[in-house]
Amino acid sequence: MSPRLRNIAALVIFGGFALLPLLAGMLGESFLIVIATRILAFAIAALALDLILGYGGMVSFGHAAYLGIGAYAVAILQRAGITDLTLHLLAAIVAAAPFALVTGAISLRTRGVYFIMITLAFAQMAYFFFVSLSTYGGDDGVTLAARSTLLGQPLLESDRVLFYVTLGLLIVLYLLALRITQSRFGRVLTGTRENPVRMQAIGYSPFRFQLTAYVISGCMAAVAGVMLANQTEFVSPALMNWHRSGELIVMVVLGGIGNLIGAVGGAVIALLLEEFLSRFSEHWPLFFGLILIGVVLASRDGVSGLIRRIGGAK
Amino acid sequence: MSLLEVRNLCKSYGALTVTDDVCLSVEEGELHAIIGPNGAGKTTLISQLSGQLPSNSGKVRFGGEDITRLVMPQRVRRGLSRSFQITSILPAFSVMENVSTAVQAREGSSFRFFAPVASEVALNDQARAALARVGLEDRTDARAGSLSHGEKRQLELAIALATNPRLLLLDEPLAGTSGPEAERLIRVIGSLKGEVTVLLIEHDMDAVFALADRISVLVYGRLIATGTGEAIRADRQVRSAYLGEDA
Repeated sequence: MSPRLRNIAALVIFGGFALLPLLAGMLGESFLIVIATRILAFAIAALALDLILGYGGMVSFGHAAYLGIGAYAVAILQRAGITDLTLHLLAAIVAAAPFALVTGAISLRTRGVYFIMITLAFAQMAYFFFVSLSTYGGDDGVTLAARSTLLGQPLLESDRVLFYVTLGLLIVLYLLALRITQSRFGRVLTGTRENPVRMQAIGYSPFRFQLTAYVISGCMAAVAGVMLANQTEFVSPALMNWHRSGELIVMVVLGGIGNLIGAVGGAVIALLLEEFLSRFSEHWPLFFGLILIGVVLASRDGVSGLIRRIGGAK
Repeated sequence: MSLLEVRNLCKSYGALTVTDDVCLSVEEGELHAIIGPNGAGKTTLISQLSGQLPSNSGKVRFGGEDITRLVMPQRVRRGLSRSFQITSILPAFSVMENVSTAVQAREGSSFRFFAPVASEVALNDQARAALARVGLEDRTDARAGSLSHGEKRQLELAIALATNPRLLLLDEPLAGTSGPEAERLIRVIGSLKGEVTVLLIEHDMDAVFALADRISVLVYGRLIATGTGEAIRADRQVRSAYLGEDA
């Protein structure tokens, strides 16, 4: 995707979201903001996944684990009496990093389908760990007493504030990810995806770069988990179910891998489709599947590939 | 002391011995060619020397240091680089990016996450110099995957040069090229003499005898002779084993 087209797409998506509360106010449909917050949180997770999947060629089938780690960071800190959002975010990152470091270091010993399976296996281990964590409701999960606080105030109790904070985080992380992909580090990561032997033959040891990217991605996904917990005010292992990991991959593929804004757009489209299709039929995944097949067949790069073609650029 | 010293190097796959007790030394500044019939194990030997393939036994010393146990990136950082017989580039990257990525590997840390690498003048200047050397300076913005075969061979050489090697292992740099393309590559390789030490594998005998200071002959994984072009041409063993003539 050309830089210009990407910037336009980013402006349209982020600008559209920024104006959404106005629209919701006019329509009197305040529920829209709640749905949109959920979409934004998943967009953060999809963005995190695209960083390693699109740029690093690492197909993680276990990224829901980081959503769960982020969400449980909120639940656990709240019970301990710590309610501040920045501390929740910090704790989520501090918890996600070592999990990503250890599981990533082991997963990266493998390639291709084995990498996919081993990331899935680690995520399932995390899932069953929280299922058996009876002090936090085990399988049933736990309802949060309240949302996180901001500056000592219960500001996030307003759906609108929570929405804008989530949007702000998404934009900051998007810009951060964009910088990373255009940096020296990003070039080594992308080069390794293209041809690992070539990278070794010019003096790089790819493992360290891949692992670092994996950890960054895990930490970003944990941020998404913190925001999801606040949106639903409920945390359960269902958040880290392997279906979720699959949905994240679907979002990235649907939107188009390896350009970051595609992953954001993919999350928006996938969740909107889920929202609307489920109103017409309980068998909505069938129709969703047909749409996904259609998009993937029509364009190798998902929706961003379609837009690029309509835009007339190469 | 030789720049590269190979002692009793072996590589086998099961019962098949591909590199059989090879001893070889490459002197600083020389262009040393290895020739041999198809299947002689030339590429395997290059892969062992570059660290891409582990050896079963034997020793490799480079610049006086035992590098037998070092893997490829470690050897590259010490100045031992290779090119590939089958073109190995980063197809989605531009020509410029392919080469400047190689410069980046030896110029400062690559754990820099924020500054845009595309605007690093020092990397781009050195990359441009390597591209000019092989004659690709007009194609810097082209996508590497879209180059013609001959241009890809030029790029392959530029990438290897951009690592700033002391010893360059060239694995059939002329593979698949002919006419003016091949002549251009031969000129470039010739221009490296005295600047970079080169160990060259090549099937084009005219190129080998024109370029090489010394030639070694590899047959069934064994080095059967080493000497000047004259000496190799006259060697009876070489003639019978390699050129298929009755002694």
